[in-house]
Amino acid sequence: MDLTDELPKFTILLYGLVAFAAIVGGLLFLLDAVPTWFTRRREARLIAATAAGTATLPPPGSRRWRPNEKLFALFFLLPAMLMLSIGLIVPAIRTTLLSFRDARGETWVGLQNYGWMFSQDEIVDVLVNTFTWVVLVPLVATSMGLLYAVLVDRARFEAIAKSLIFMPMAISFVGASIIWKFVYAYRPEDADQIGLLNQIWVMFDGEPKQWLLNSPLNTLLLIVVMIWTQAGFAMVVLSAAIKAIPADIVEAARLDGVNPWQMFWRITLPSIRPALIVVVVTISIATLKVFDIVRTMTNGNFNTSVIANEMYQQAFTAGQVGQGSALAVFLFLLVIPIVIYQIRNLRKQQEV
Amino acid sequence: MSVFTRPRQALVITSALALAFSATACGSDDKKSNRADSPECAAYEQYQGHNGKRVSIFTSIRDVEADLLQDSWDQFVECTGIDIRYDGSGDFEDQLPVRVDGGNAPDIAFIPQPGLLTRFAEAGNLKAASADTKAMAEKNYSADWLKYGTVDGTFYGAPLGSNVKSFVWYSPKMFQEKGWKVPETWDELIQLSDQIAGVGMKPWCAGIESGGATGWPATDWIEDLMLRTQGPEVYDQWTTHDIPFNDSRVVEAVDRAGSILKNEKYVNGGYGGVKSIITTSFQEGGLPIVQDKCALHRQASFYANQWPEGTKVAEDGDIFAFYFPAVDPSKGKPVLGGGEFVVAFADRPEVQAVQTFLASSEHANSRAKLGNWVSANKGLDIANVQNPIDKLSVQILQDEGTVFRFDGSDLMPSAVGAGSFWKEMVAWLNGKSTQAALDAIENSWPK
Repeated sequence: MDLTDELPKFTILLYGLVAFAAIVGGLLFLLDAVPTWFTRRREARLIAATAAGTATLPPPGSRRWRPNEKLFALFFLLPAMLMLSIGLIVPAIRTTLLSFRDARGETWVGLQNYGWMFSQDEIVDVLVNTFTWVVLVPLVATSMGLLYAVLVDRARFEAIAKSLIFMPMAISFVGASIIWKFVYAYRPEDADQIGLLNQIWVMFDGEPKQWLLNSPLNTLLLIVVMIWTQAGFAMVVLSAAIKAIPADIVEAARLDGVNPWQMFWRITLPSIRPALIVVVVTISIATLKVFDIVRTMTNGNFNTSVIANEMYQQAFTAGQVGQGSALAVFLFLLVIPIVIYQIRNLRKQQEV
Repeated sequence: MSVFTRPRQALVITSALALAFSATACGSDDKKSNRADSPECAAYEQYQGHNGKRVSIFTSIRDVEADLLQDSWDQFVECTGIDIRYDGSGDFEDQLPVRVDGGNAPDIAFIPQPGLLTRFAEAGNLKAASADTKAMAEKNYSADWLKYGTVDGTFYGAPLGSNVKSFVWYSPKMFQEKGWKVPETWDELIQLSDQIAGVGMKPWCAGIESGGATGWPATDWIEDLMLRTQGPEVYDQWTTHDIPFNDSRVVEAVDRAGSILKNEKYVNGGYGGVKSIITTSFQEGGLPIVQDKCALHRQASFYANQWPEGTKVAEDGDIFAFYFPAVDPSKGKPVLGGGEFVVAFADRPEVQAVQTFLASSEHANSRAKLGNWVSANKGLDIANVQNPIDKLSVQILQDEGTVFRFDGSDLMPSAVGAGSFWKEMVAWLNGKSTQAALDAIENSWPK
């Protein structure tokens, strides 16, 4: 690599950093300067008023500079709002509009794209697959994480045992998919098996199989990959929550003579409920959006496609912008209830 | 009234911002030494008069290939003083529409998909080729090729590089040892396959896994067989959807491909049964030949780069390819292939000069001498072509009897050519019936 060739990139990077520092610095400076200015003005007025002898403090609550303060808050919200609308709101509206238009986004077609979605057998399969994912992944990943967190809690090698489960989290979905592709790899009967699953299968006198070709087993095999990466996340969050259960509650329960079973259902589980909800919700959203695993392992072939993969396929590979957008909007609609549930839960916790 | 109560601070911030946005454009004005009068520049006489003018080229060709390409017009640049700015991107197909729509189109682009070329031409983005370019292209390329650079009767650009897809790779050494002969007709090919299967070897091997593009090698098979069983006219009707995708003639061609690809006796040498074709990557598809586990592998000329290091690719070497024989030789020698087209988004004289030069045989020969290059340019001297497989490709392309057709999936709308056609071929190899697969593709053709 020739360093001088890369120089323009560094120059741009430098400009970016300087601009960033200038903007943030400027905002911080304003944040400091403007209230000071308001305060000074108020003080000056008070002093003037006192000096003039009409020393009546403004009645509390009728602070006249309040509208200014709101304007001021708006000013600081502006950059964030701008970014949000450019990056999120405008695309969301545009996508929704496109979902009612044709393949090139030129003429209105009404609900045709949505009709297409539910009338094509392949797309209905995609929806069923996505449903399978959303039901299985959060359920299994969270229960496995929880089980593991309870089992290793205060065990001898807790740190090591936890890092073993947590490790897959550090691998990207694409990386994990490539690893599991090798696990499911196929070689003919007379050759050495390089896939772990086929090797085990052959040891029990089975014929080597091409695991990823047969529906619906292949979808389940892909789900295993997602569970493998997500169980660690569930375990870490839930383990922290278990450790945060006040010791006096646990002790009181012990004194009352609970058995481990009762301990888990009556003490541990209710105490970590908020954390449990966060984990389930987070994994559910991640699962709805799953794309990399399917794309890398089967490319959506053999009846394994999910909404996000089909959306990309339609919009960007096949150039069917309308149909792709319709799938995106449908995915968006599926995520919304989960997000609302999560926000309401958070609010409830804050109120308590 | 100013909000800045501390003027000095304001000054510091303002100057910092000013510094941040004062982009100093480092214009390089390295003047090319203009040696227009020297003897080696005599060949570039007709391109003179654009000294110091700049022409930008945007392509999908990168790395070593891009360097070779830039070397190939070195002398042209030195003699004419035209400053060619080359830019290659792996994201070419996505980036080009963005640049064109954003008013930042390159002067020249090398487009490998006639479908994309047609889209730009119909949108009015492309400039028609100049009379000089057109004359040069007509001199050097056959009508079969020029047709893919023409939209609604207007000629937009000549081909540059090409590849031949109608090849079957084999091992000359293995053939010699076993006493097999390179087949010259379809019947001989099938006889040979049976003969090889008779000695307990699966004759054919294939692999169509290719990440997001899984399935494309299977579509090449179908295209080759459409061309062989139905002839070029029906092939053209098929790619333009003048006949439906599930027409009985297409079914016949796919079944013919299936007689090899879905024949458990024939495939998949070195990898297992028919279904292992789906999970074998296209890069590994032909490799069992060097391990003596497979004898035949149909793949394009560019597969030459996939063989393990130290494999001698030559007629008397470890690996070579023969022409995928025609079913009915009386209808000519159908050849499936691909290539890129030099089209212009600007019609400044210096842009047209570069476009004309790239269509010339001077450029084709200059590029061929640098190695790894095939072109359908009729003025290309085979002696200048470096590798045996490239020589064979050029021979086939220049053969008078050759009926050339472009890779069909590059001509179809991308919903089919880069979507359902790939997917359904995968499903077809996974057990779906020919009719069901073709019906599904027909359904997905954009209306």
